[in-house]
Amino acid sequence: MPSDMILLLGVNHKTTPLAVREQLALNKGYEEPLHALRNIAGCKECYLLSTCNRVEIVVVAEANAQVEEDIAKLLFGTSVAPEQRQDYLYVYRNNEAVHHLFMVSTSLDSMIVGEAQILGQLKEAYRHAAEIKCTGPVLNRLLHKSFSVAKRVRSETQIGASAVSISYAAVELAKKIFGTLENKNVLLIGAGEMAELAAEHLVSQGVSKVVVANRTLSRAMELARRFNGTAVSLDELFSQLEQADIVISSTGAPNIILHKKDVKPIMRTRRNEPIFFIDIAVPRDLDPELNDLNNVYLYDIDDLHNVVEINKSERDKEAVKARRIVDEEALKFQNWLDGLSVVPTITALRKKADDICQAELERTLSRLQHLTADEQKAIAKMASAISSKLLHDPLSYLKDENCQEQNEVKVEMIRAAFGLVDKD
Amino acid sequence: MGEISYLLFWVILAVSFTNLIFYGIFFVKQQESIRTLARMTLVAVGVLQTLYVLLRFLQTGYTPITSQHETIVFFAWSITWAYFSFRWRYTVKNFGVFISLLLFILILLAAGASRTINPLPPALQSWWLPIHAGISVISYAFLALAFCGGIMYLLLERELKSKRFGYFFSRLPSLDSLDQLNSHCLATGFVLLTLGIITGSIWARQAWGTYWHWDPKETWSLITWFLYAAQIHQRFSAGWRGKRAAVMAVVGFASVLFTLWGVTFLLGGIHSYAQ
Repeated sequence: MPSDMILLLGVNHKTTPLAVREQLALNKGYEEPLHALRNIAGCKECYLLSTCNRVEIVVVAEANAQVEEDIAKLLFGTSVAPEQRQDYLYVYRNNEAVHHLFMVSTSLDSMIVGEAQILGQLKEAYRHAAEIKCTGPVLNRLLHKSFSVAKRVRSETQIGASAVSISYAAVELAKKIFGTLENKNVLLIGAGEMAELAAEHLVSQGVSKVVVANRTLSRAMELARRFNGTAVSLDELFSQLEQADIVISSTGAPNIILHKKDVKPIMRTRRNEPIFFIDIAVPRDLDPELNDLNNVYLYDIDDLHNVVEINKSERDKEAVKARRIVDEEALKFQNWLDGLSVVPTITALRKKADDICQAELERTLSRLQHLTADEQKAIAKMASAISSKLLHDPLSYLKDENCQEQNEVKVEMIRAAFGLVDKD
Repeated sequence: MGEISYLLFWVILAVSFTNLIFYGIFFVKQQESIRTLARMTLVAVGVLQTLYVLLRFLQTGYTPITSQHETIVFFAWSITWAYFSFRWRYTVKNFGVFISLLLFILILLAAGASRTINPLPPALQSWWLPIHAGISVISYAFLALAFCGGIMYLLLERELKSKRFGYFFSRLPSLDSLDQLNSHCLATGFVLLTLGIITGSIWARQAWGTYWHWDPKETWSLITWFLYAAQIHQRFSAGWRGKRAAVMAVVGFASVLFTLWGVTFLLGGIHSYAQ
């Protein structure tokens, strides 16, 4: 509606490093931040999504309200200096905001395009907001729409089908080597974010054991706890390699930490059990020559990118289709939103009344051919008088300046009562 | 009967060709419906081969495993049923494609060989013929499966190592399952190969008077046996697996083929009945 705007603010994995996202004030729990958001002056409806890859806030606020600053303050807390916020934060308004929300719900904005988890997270977030009545007619409609858009994209495109990310590629390669990943052991060297993500995927594929080797043991323990695994120090690396099947290395070491000559004797103790090394560190951790050893498979980050590229053209085709659906649905939503404002509703209501008058008049007058022109005019006048008198009250209720903040409720009601609901 | 047998062979060739076409289309398109057709025709090939071997048995009065033509058909029949016995316990994606190619090549070769029925030489008129020759050829069939698995392994391994994923990456099963195939078929094939040599040696004692003649065929089967014995030993003691095992499966099968045909044509000897 003209007097209100939809505002979306957020940070995600593309704009903001994990270290900063971890510090955000809004990344724990929903209730408190939602209450805080609702109390911001000028904010009518609000909603908050918080996942490990993104924190996003959508509010419906009065057009001239200066809510942006308040929300940003709430989002970043004291962790980030105000002048730095601009580097991380993205802000979308109205149809851009709608479009972005649809991009999120359809996973087109995810780190792993095509993943399904985000929809569940979105629904969960909405449930929290709806429970404490933070959402109103606009956000209710918007979020429900975002769910149905996601469903539409999933059923009309193959976006979820192909391996689309680095960690998916790693899992796919591991499956090509080992068949099943059950009963396989994963060793993480270093505890970076990418390693964590890849390990997460491997664990979801049924990997039985995760061992984390890290320079600082405390971080290793923290990560190991997440996967119900064990933490070891880097000194135990070689003995751990005897049992590991999949090794993900992501240390910040400036040099290669594992050479061909180190791994060769280990292969003998392993009785040549195949081992899959994934080196996602930049600069590299693992000797590229490891790949020359029998039953050793080494992939670095570029190799994995290439695997992803193989699927890319296929995925791109699907993503284009998905994006078209998102564009289309965002436009539809915009139309609905426009319909919510008072003026078009008034016009539509008048038009409907006029149409009915016209139709009924034609029907009646065609049967009363004997009437004179004056008499016909009088009947027409009567019909339009009845309709405009009937419309007078609903129209003045709509135009009432006193309770303008409830405009959308009123408009929704009138549109429903008079059957002005547009089919979408 | 000769007429029926004659026709039946051409039917086998046709069905085998159809089977190869179905598997070929399936390999390219990976459509379930075509796979069902391919599997059904492969079963048909197996059944028809069995009928043909039985018919030939009735026709000749001895186990049809003496002439070139008979041996190749018997070999193909053994491969088909060895494959079914393997398939009954394990699933290896697209293995049938490679098997159907091998089967078709063999049957094509059999079509080229003379089908005349020769009277059985006196030395072969024994119950040892089906036992010794049958077991040996069946062992070769399992080794042929290991060979196919080895080829598949090498194709996939090359793509995984070079990180250039071409045609085979999505169409071949995991390295692990191919390695399992190798170990299963190698073990079965080796046990049968050993039995084949032992029974042959007993028969030789009866027919020729000594257990071992150092006849070229015997020598080569011993070489083959040593190749596979080394492989088995290394696999189960030192954990030889993967690429090395696959290469050995290919090398071993080359030696099998040489024992089966190369010796007969190139080296001769008293063992060369099937000229």
